[in-house]
Amino acid sequence: MAALTFTPSGIYCPAGDFYIDPWKPVDRALITHGHADHARWGMGHYLATDIAAPVMRHRLGDVSIDTVRYGETRRIGGATVSFHPAGHVPGSAQIRVEVGGEVWVASGDYKVVGDGLSTPFEPVKCHHFITESTFGLPVFRWQSQDVIAAQINDWWRGCAANDKTAFLGCYALGKAQRLMSMLDPDIGPILTHTAIENTNAVMRAQGIPLAATIQAGGDLVHKDHPGAIVLAPPSALGSAWARKFGPQETAFASGWMAVRGIRRRRAGDRGFVISDHADWSGLLSAIRETGAENIYVTHGYTDIFTRYLNEQGWNAQVLQTEFGGEDAEEDAA
Amino acid sequence: MKRFAALFNAIDQSTKTTVKVAALTDYFLTAPEEDRIWTIAIFSGRRPKRAVNSTRLREWAAEVAGIPLWLFEEAYPIVGDLAETIALVLPLPDTDTDHGLSHWINALRNLANVEEPARKDFVLEAWRSLDTTQRFLFNKLLTGGFRVGVSQKLMTRALARATGKNEAEMAHRLMGDWDPARITWAQLTVDDDPAANASRPYPFYLAYAFDDAPESLGNPEDWQAEWKWDGIRGQLILRDGAHYVWSRGEELMTDRFPELARALDFIPNGTVLDGELLAWGDGAPQSFNALQKRIGRKTVPKKLLSEAPVILYAYDLLEWGGVDYRQEPLEVRRATLEEVCGNLPTDAPVKLSPTVPFDAWEHLADQRATARAAQAEGLMLKRRDSPYLTGRKKGDWWKWKLDPLTIDAVMIYAQSGHGRRANLFTDFTFAVWNGNDLVPFTKAYSGLTDEEFRKITAWVKKNTQQRFGPVRQVTPEHVFEIAFEGIQASSRHKSGVALRFPRMSRWRHDKPIQEANSLDDLNEMLNTYG
Ligand SMILES: [Zn+2]
Ligand SMILES: [Zn+2]
Repeated sequence: MAALTFTPSGIYCPAGDFYIDPWKPVDRALITHGHADHARWGMGHYLATDIAAPVMRHRLGDVSIDTVRYGETRRIGGATVSFHPAGHVPGSAQIRVEVGGEVWVASGDYKVVGDGLSTPFEPVKCHHFITESTFGLPVFRWQSQDVIAAQINDWWRGCAANDKTAFLGCYALGKAQRLMSMLDPDIGPILTHTAIENTNAVMRAQGIPLAATIQAGGDLVHKDHPGAIVLAPPSALGSAWARKFGPQETAFASGWMAVRGIRRRRAGDRGFVISDHADWSGLLSAIRETGAENIYVTHGYTDIFTRYLNEQGWNAQVLQTEFGGEDAEEDAA
Repeated sequence: MKRFAALFNAIDQSTKTTVKVAALTDYFLTAPEEDRIWTIAIFSGRRPKRAVNSTRLREWAAEVAGIPLWLFEEAYPIVGDLAETIALVLPLPDTDTDHGLSHWINALRNLANVEEPARKDFVLEAWRSLDTTQRFLFNKLLTGGFRVGVSQKLMTRALARATGKNEAEMAHRLMGDWDPARITWAQLTVDDDPAANASRPYPFYLAYAFDDAPESLGNPEDWQAEWKWDGIRGQLILRDGAHYVWSRGEELMTDRFPELARALDFIPNGTVLDGELLAWGDGAPQSFNALQKRIGRKTVPKKLLSEAPVILYAYDLLEWGGVDYRQEPLEVRRATLEEVCGNLPTDAPVKLSPTVPFDAWEHLADQRATARAAQAEGLMLKRRDSPYLTGRKKGDWWKWKLDPLTIDAVMIYAQSGHGRRANLFTDFTFAVWNGNDLVPFTKAYSGLTDEEFRKITAWVKKNTQQRFGPVRQVTPEHVFEIAFEGIQASSRHKSGVALRFPRMSRWRHDKPIQEANSLDDLNEMLNTYG
């Protein structure tokens, strides 16, 4: 029997009797990272990295989470399990499962370039590799973080010079903290929506160094913070809360902003192309480095990406999961 | 190209008209003159001829990107734009160039005359030296169909600012068939050139849709009502013994409607008429279906000319005796128009579009209800003392259209959209009942909110039964009200009918699929309105 199998509840390991990122309630769940499509409510026991666990507790409430360090080996039933950096968000992991010499890696979400915040991606040799394909099309190619940081800071500087508040839409877990590290504090103060500041507080409490921010709650006096940039979830852009800041420009930071049509639909004024997922060449290099022959493709452009991999000589197949889906755009892209 | 790319970015990255106009004004003050002229040309739909066919471009792009052609073809509908797909798949540039917009356009114009290998070398070299935005713009010039988020109105405003002219004059100057390759900046914006003036149309005045109670317009005596015809809006110019026919989209259509040449036999030089081009038969306007045969034909065979003769149904007079008449109040223009066109022989290709007399609003509402019988789409309401304005302006002209026809139909196929809607399902096929079968009868793309499109997209993903390329067959579960403007018999459709302007007017969450309409219902509509 294969080390990992695919069931209606999620990716399952018969030898260890556990699931990886299951979407139905099960007894024992190994979780790659805290995003909502991977870490769901209702599992009996959770296992995640020590870095990912605090945010999961914050999001899932009082649940039983056992933690493991990157690279540490655990024996679960007949399976040997370890977690390895996926570079997606702080604490995110690829989960390696070995049963009787057969090695599988379920990578969750990942990116291969460093972001200065998450532990950098490490390739893990395996026979079977489960990959995402959120941006699995050759039109997606990310520029370096420095280039995007300069674009965002230029935009912010322009807003500040015109006495406008800069509103930057981004996701609360991962993207927001990464953007904070890219902003030039000499331009002005960084304000945050409560949803983002709550996540910041969790990360600061666990010792992750983050840029200084001011929570933009209901009692904030906007005039006291001229030249500010406000980080907010996309749903808060243009809301009554946002309008209280007076003259403003809005932008959105996401890999989807690479496509003009999507940007014009989603973003207010500007779109910055920055993602916590691998781009086309990142996906291919990650797959190549695993040395795996068998590739299972989850959320994203699964059909197209799988066809390409097969043509390039891999043994690839589409894996129907409930990752991403409608929310692929909404969560952390 | 860098300056043009910067202008494009400034326009494309803002939703604010003030920002767009400022960027354009600055560009018109500082860019080289030839670049300015080409920018105006491009933004007003005058682009150079397509120099390379799109099949070759796709092949070359896939080759340079090192990907199989099928992968390029899969990515294209997701991006929704060919020029952009190419710009995105190519590797980053390895050199840099400073050539301006007009350099590239001139090079593209010459490209038509060289052999394909040289053409390919040129395109690949350009791709190697331009960054992603410049490449996108270069590809747009290559492939045509340049649509940016700037209206003619905004461009005209910026141009007026940059030149110190007034907007109306600038709008008039930009009309007509000037050639960006030959015209100079001074000729386009300052000089008075009688030869260029002869064919130049006036900017059309466009009405807003009216959906209020007509009583809100005040005293009925202040208003003139006309039928709103379902044809092609056209401007007929008779000057210096020649005639010109312009469409609302500023397309010169003179050769498409040769029957209008005879207007010169009946109407003096120095006359410009605004009206509707309609197929005419049995002493009355014919349905749009009759005109349809003539649309898209550059030349007209004799047979068609007699089968579907076209006239201009005139409703406004813009120039008379060689004098711009647009500032005269409508009642004065109308009185003169009636003198000019009221007594033409029956075989003249110009006829007077009648007014619809009424003395009370409710009386007019009754007449409006009979519009379909008159082959009209509703009524036009025009203020009697109004001048002929430029572009779409609120207040003096209203189109008061009939309510559309509607039918409740079941969604059976879905396909993702393009451009702005690249990752939503927006193109749907709808069916009605024929016994126990669902027969597809129309597609529709618009009418839902973004939120509804998002909802239906999520539903489609979970309820796909089968895939045929980009098309997905979905479980018959949702009923939509389809609104449309007209219906005609069609042998090309399985259902035997074709609809005009179908769109989704309502998502009928309240209706189970059994309660959708049937083919019999459609056929009944065909008998009544077809
Ligand atoms: Zn994620
Ligand atoms: Zn995910």
